[in-house]
Amino acid sequence: MSKAEQPAIVAEHLVRRFGAFTAVNDVSFRVEKGEIFGFLGPNGSGKTTVIKMLTGLLPLSGGEASALGLDVRKDPETVRENIGYMSQNFSLYSDLTVTENLTFYGRIYGLSNERLRRRMDEIVGLNGLGPYLNRLSSQLSGGWKQRLALGCAMLHEPKLIFLDEPTAGIDPVARRQLWDLLFELSAHGITFFVTTHYMDEAERCSHVAYIYYGKLIADGTPDSLRELPDVQPAGTYRVEITAPEVTRALRVARTVPGVRSATIFGQSIHALINDDLDPEYLRKRLLEQNIVVAEIRPLAPSLEDVFVELTYKHQSKIEASRA
Amino acid sequence: MLNPFRGFNAVFYKEALHVRRDFGTLFFSLIIPLLQMFLLGFAIDTNIRQINTVVYNADGRRESRELLDRLRNSDTFHVARFVQTDRDLTDAIVSGKCRVGIKIPVDYSDKLLHQMSAQVLVLIDGSDSSVAGQAINVTTSIGLDESLRRVLANSNQPFAVDMRPKILFNPDSRSPNFFLPGLTAILLLNVTTFLTAFSVVREKERGTLEQLFVTPVRPLGLLLGKLLPYLIIGFVELGMILTLMRFVFQVPIHGSVPLLAILSLPYIFVSLSLGILISSKANSQAEAMQLAFLTILPSIFFSGYIFPRETMPRFFFILSYFVPATYFIDITRGIILRGAGWQHLWIDAVALFGIGSLLLVIAARRFHNKVIMA
Repeated sequence: MSKAEQPAIVAEHLVRRFGAFTAVNDVSFRVEKGEIFGFLGPNGSGKTTVIKMLTGLLPLSGGEASALGLDVRKDPETVRENIGYMSQNFSLYSDLTVTENLTFYGRIYGLSNERLRRRMDEIVGLNGLGPYLNRLSSQLSGGWKQRLALGCAMLHEPKLIFLDEPTAGIDPVARRQLWDLLFELSAHGITFFVTTHYMDEAERCSHVAYIYYGKLIADGTPDSLRELPDVQPAGTYRVEITAPEVTRALRVARTVPGVRSATIFGQSIHALINDDLDPEYLRKRLLEQNIVVAEIRPLAPSLEDVFVELTYKHQSKIEASRA
Repeated sequence: MLNPFRGFNAVFYKEALHVRRDFGTLFFSLIIPLLQMFLLGFAIDTNIRQINTVVYNADGRRESRELLDRLRNSDTFHVARFVQTDRDLTDAIVSGKCRVGIKIPVDYSDKLLHQMSAQVLVLIDGSDSSVAGQAINVTTSIGLDESLRRVLANSNQPFAVDMRPKILFNPDSRSPNFFLPGLTAILLLNVTTFLTAFSVVREKERGTLEQLFVTPVRPLGLLLGKLLPYLIIGFVELGMILTLMRFVFQVPIHGSVPLLAILSLPYIFVSLSLGILISSKANSQAEAMQLAFLTILPSIFFSGYIFPRETMPRFFFILSYFVPATYFIDITRGIILRGAGWQHLWIDAVALFGIGSLLLVIAARRFHNKVIMA
């Protein structure tokens, strides 16, 4: 395989144990160059552990991993030279100004003064920090802090950038702007490894994976995941039921035979129902309980639906194996 | 190919900026030790003088007044009051108004005049052992002296044995001379350990440490870049303390100041390593503060700073060998008071360097296992 076609990240059968506890259990995935890879999972499910393993901080208990074609076990230093990393708390020095923060990270990566100046100009042009250069980073708003942190993480022109919950706690406008920036950069061939809790952000990723207590239970493009048999079992489909009193409607809907599962989404219910269940029958059953359904329409599963289904499947598999 | 000091200059640059920005902390960490020095330098005087004394002179004749004058002239006793009953005598001591009570019996002069042995009752409050010890010493020696004088008064014979003690190095037994060189060790530990522990823990709290681990910074570059600014601050502090000690408290420095500066390096190194070790355990600045205080206490009590190590119970005496301040106090007292040189003190420097290296290795291991791997 030529270097140009090499994936940005290859993880094969990653295992990490802490004593008797297995934090990461046989996790394999690949991230191609230029992808925005969304890595999802509940807190404590092993996301950060995987990042630490891929950045060469944590030795692998088993398996193999490479980043940008470099073996993370043999060459962690070189891996760290070539990647960028932005943690969820933006890791800025609050008592240093914007310029000083950038200068510090530039020097950490050994940039020459000339290159540092050029990169700072480029980054400031990209993220619009120009007016704030001499401001202490503690005085920046969340969105600006995050842009500065991203700027610090990409000063040395890394081809692979890890973003650990980059949008936690920032306003929606800044969130959208960050994603616009990520798309622009990924168009230039930069690969992003992003962890997030926001499903709408996951939908924007070109590739998502879901880790659940150490096990990778989903891996693919958002569309391919929606079509997984576990998510969309044969003989079923998804509907959105819009009705007043959604909580009561949910209770009733769950009692109707043929409704496999149902959850509330805002003012409506998302339900997985059998092909042979007529929506009109459902409407009638709800009406019997004085619930007037406004609309029932077919629905493609959201990524949240996907992850919920896969989690249930995974748990029932575990329980079955225990029994 | 790999530079083990990678990132040193970047970290130093940043750390120097922190120190400059946080001028308040720097100021207080430099000034507060000087204030402590003023307080301790002026307040502590272990030379026991002018002990409040109550006298019941039941005799009242010339011989008894002479004895009292001799006690007064010793500078150890200050006759605060005269009483007329035994009850008042004990009462003055029980109430704490006086520490020593002296009762001269009614037949004191008579017995002396008849060449008989006269007894003087000396009551001593034992609740402060150093005061009590001093009171016993002075009263017995005055009694002895008085007896000899009377025995020898009739012959021309001089004293058979004449002891002439001479105190070297601190002839006036000035307390500042004794305390301030030792205090240097305590104050220096204070500044350097606290500052380094805080500077690392702050990065833990902010999450920037986690970020640094994902950069090519090498551990040695990170540590040294962080330590150097505080090493410089420690040196400045030492200079200020020594200046104050020399010119305000008039403690003469008998040895070589450059040697003192050089020998303070391993001690500052120990303090900084201790700071790093604390920061590997503490997750918040409050926690770091408590742990740092924990290191201060043994430095004060087991280092010989206040209590002589030789009189400690065996366990604590052995423990004192593990307290870094023990060695540095030996160095400062040696150079400042006794004019000791390298040939006397190199072993202290070696011990400090050994402790420092050990602490740094433990700290580095802890960091690796508990902070990076967690």
